[in-house]
Amino acid sequence: MAQIINVSRRDMLKAAGASGALVLGAHLAPRAMFGEAQAAGASAAPNFFVSIDGSGAVTLTCSRSEMGQGVRTGMPMIIADEMEADWNRVKIWQAPGDPAKYDPPGKDAQNTDGSRSTRHGFDAMREMGASARYVLEQAAAKKWGVGAAEVYAKDHRVYHSGSGKSLGFGQLAGAAADIKVPTGDAKPKLKHPSEWKYIGKDMPVVDNFDITTGGASFGADVSIPGMKIAVVARSPVYRGKVKSFDATEALKVQGVEQVVEIPALADDKGAEFRALGGVAVVGSNTWSVMQGREKLKIDWDLGPHVAHDSSTYDDALRASAKKGGLKIRDRGDVDLAMKAASKVVEAEYFVPYFIHTPMEPPVAVVDASRTPVKVIAATQSPNQARHYVAEALGMDKKDVECEVTLLGGGFGRKSKADFICEAAIVSKEIGAPVRMQWTREDEIRNGFYHAACAQHLSAGLDADGKVTAWKQSGAWPSIVGLWNPVAKNGFGIEFGLGLVDLPYNSVPNIRIENGAEDIMIRVGWYRSVNNIQHAYAMNCFANELATAAGRDPLEMLLELIGDADNMDLAKDGVEKYWNYGDSIADWPIMPNRLSNALRAVAEKSGYGKAMPKGHGLGLACHRSFQSYVATAVHAVVHDDGSLHIPRVDVAIDCGRYVNPEGIRKQIEGAVIYGNTVARHGKITTTKGAVDQSNFDDYPVTRISDAPLDVQVHIVEDFLHLRPCGVGEPGVPPFAPALVNAIFDATGKRIYQLPVGDQLKKI
Amino acid sequence: MIALKVNGISRQFNGDPKMPLLWYLRDELGLTGSKFGCGEALCGTCTVHLGGEAVRSCVTSVADAAGREVTTIEGLDSDGNHPVQRAWRAENVPQCGYCQAGQIMQAAALLQANPDPSDEEIIEGMEGNICRCGTYQRIHAAVRTAAKEV
Repeated sequence: MAQIINVSRRDMLKAAGASGALVLGAHLAPRAMFGEAQAAGASAAPNFFVSIDGSGAVTLTCSRSEMGQGVRTGMPMIIADEMEADWNRVKIWQAPGDPAKYDPPGKDAQNTDGSRSTRHGFDAMREMGASARYVLEQAAAKKWGVGAAEVYAKDHRVYHSGSGKSLGFGQLAGAAADIKVPTGDAKPKLKHPSEWKYIGKDMPVVDNFDITTGGASFGADVSIPGMKIAVVARSPVYRGKVKSFDATEALKVQGVEQVVEIPALADDKGAEFRALGGVAVVGSNTWSVMQGREKLKIDWDLGPHVAHDSSTYDDALRASAKKGGLKIRDRGDVDLAMKAASKVVEAEYFVPYFIHTPMEPPVAVVDASRTPVKVIAATQSPNQARHYVAEALGMDKKDVECEVTLLGGGFGRKSKADFICEAAIVSKEIGAPVRMQWTREDEIRNGFYHAACAQHLSAGLDADGKVTAWKQSGAWPSIVGLWNPVAKNGFGIEFGLGLVDLPYNSVPNIRIENGAEDIMIRVGWYRSVNNIQHAYAMNCFANELATAAGRDPLEMLLELIGDADNMDLAKDGVEKYWNYGDSIADWPIMPNRLSNALRAVAEKSGYGKAMPKGHGLGLACHRSFQSYVATAVHAVVHDDGSLHIPRVDVAIDCGRYVNPEGIRKQIEGAVIYGNTVARHGKITTTKGAVDQSNFDDYPVTRISDAPLDVQVHIVEDFLHLRPCGVGEPGVPPFAPALVNAIFDATGKRIYQLPVGDQLKKI
Repeated sequence: MIALKVNGISRQFNGDPKMPLLWYLRDELGLTGSKFGCGEALCGTCTVHLGGEAVRSCVTSVADAAGREVTTIEGLDSDGNHPVQRAWRAENVPQCGYCQAGQIMQAAALLQANPDPSDEEIIEGMEGNICRCGTYQRIHAAVRTAAKEV
């Protein structure tokens, strides 16, 4: 860390030149992303995340992509707090893709996914702020000729404690530019948490004014001189290819200028995040090129995935889950324990494919007619975008720049660069900048699908109703197929998404397996990824076991989880537990935190109280992205089978946190996102093609079926521990809590998501 | 040629009269506050006011707007301080923000027609606008807050 600050400072001074004025670069994107203050007078830039100009305006860097999770508010809050900046005098500057400068923890190259911005960046952002405070305090001490111990920064000024005199940050900027930030043991001290003024306090979204006035700039809002607009006709079946096409009619549409083929990706290359090919229609406005695309006549070679019918594929997944095969966790002797059990319960749970549907469909602007190539995109991962664009153009990654706009939702879709590669290929071909616009139909039919998943569970109960054995086996098409199309099994990351780390630590015999299945479609991650199916199956099955044993579901769940402060998967034969890419020493699996959150939500939701007929309260809890979340859903099922959710309570323990208002919003949103997963989301295929196309046949939660009373309870018992994820962990427990509430209300179990109209059949 | 007014300014359009208003606003006038979400009037992200009423600009042609007054999020209030905009900020509604211009335009039209909507009427009035981040709780609260001011 310290070394990076040192190196950063040197580079920054070089970039700043003799004047000491910070050069932040010329920006093409509009106002919301690049709010740096007009440089006034001499500036200080102690690192790549802070600059202070002579007027006292402070510009803080956000190097993570904003897609609604509040990162442009949360990360700069940490810096501002440590440097004692006044939040009202802070502007946020969005960093381009450059991990050497903008990924100081060195962990994920600015790839904003995995709910990890705060947990990876918290310490680094504190150090950025502390180093800024240090240079300002040193500059003041030098000016006054007093010892550094006699000065302190507070609210955008530095004070001399003896005399009470003070200087503003702006007045100190010039002198601060010459102060070197020490490293090692001498590096600037961090504040004590009791001294924080922003961290841990509510902060509204920094972009609220721009968003509410139409001034915020998303990917589709970027225009650069000479830019053309393009849409692409893509194969309806995964990795189908253009045999031939006729563009005569398309070219007659007013505004259509060119039709360009994007070559199909070579068979020996994995899909990864590459462009798969198609026919691009290029023109002067979006409407024209959309009309032109309708007029294309394309003869497709649909390829082998035409055999993919989800109805038969789902059955194959179920059979594979039942069969199991690859043993990924083995504690005790499950077979023996099942034989000795006084009761064995079996069940199967199923989740279909989903698609992300961010409100902003994928869109990117690329100018490949110049070097370096310029990318301005709604991307979660600017450096992967640079990598894949460089590859698509046969260039070096260093010759591709990537600026990041606001993202109109991401949910994992926009960590993939395929749409950006399409823009780059077409731009290079026509020799002009291109905005590649996806439509909703494109997004739904040509996406990266959340893996469908079947899970087979069985458990043994003893005469006292205690669970003595738990066996769970899942089958799904793996994300690893993006790199290795013939893979049939999952891999460590997927196993680690809430499956191999089954939290029922009190069960003496546990076996978890993975069944094999062919991969027939492009599979990708989706907000909270495989945790969705894993949390669904295990929480609902635990509820079934409580019923089978005649026990209270909460009591059963608490007993299963227990209160150990560490669950060591290595003891259960788990090889290389992924742990969300983090050190297990820094972020151990702590069943006691899960139990604690569950107790909290049970209390807050009034669990155990008498409910009227047709009402039910369901619980579920899950650890993901290092956070511990417990959800209680109060559901009402009316006589006609219609469902209403009067209230949801969620308890989240995410360790040390930054912006509680941001956490509440993420959890409120996760409940809505979970509501879509639980009740609506379903992608099916026929002859390899996705059957759905827009919000009429792929419904998502609307305000009319949204849980509008969501109570978020931030659990602070482990506040002293490291920050954990927030963007995703709220999603997985919602569906099982709802399904358990439906059971409580009606006695009907939902074994397959979405709930859809299954309640109409009661 | 089609003549219309957009945010109080007279405009003339010589292109395809079937072009949806959304693309005229975004691509021809550079008013990018109205967003593209579905193209089929299913999500409300493109909502603008036509003659004071909320319409989906992705399925409303420029010809439909001939001789009429179009208001977009950029023109809702000169200072960005329409009661609905203020309420949206007071309730800290936005997450990604992409759908919010459409939500705000829908809410403004709703309150224009019904200054004191019931909880049910707010839900009915806002049902056509999708938010995938899941800000419905705050949208509902913000419409209620704004209703006290309009």
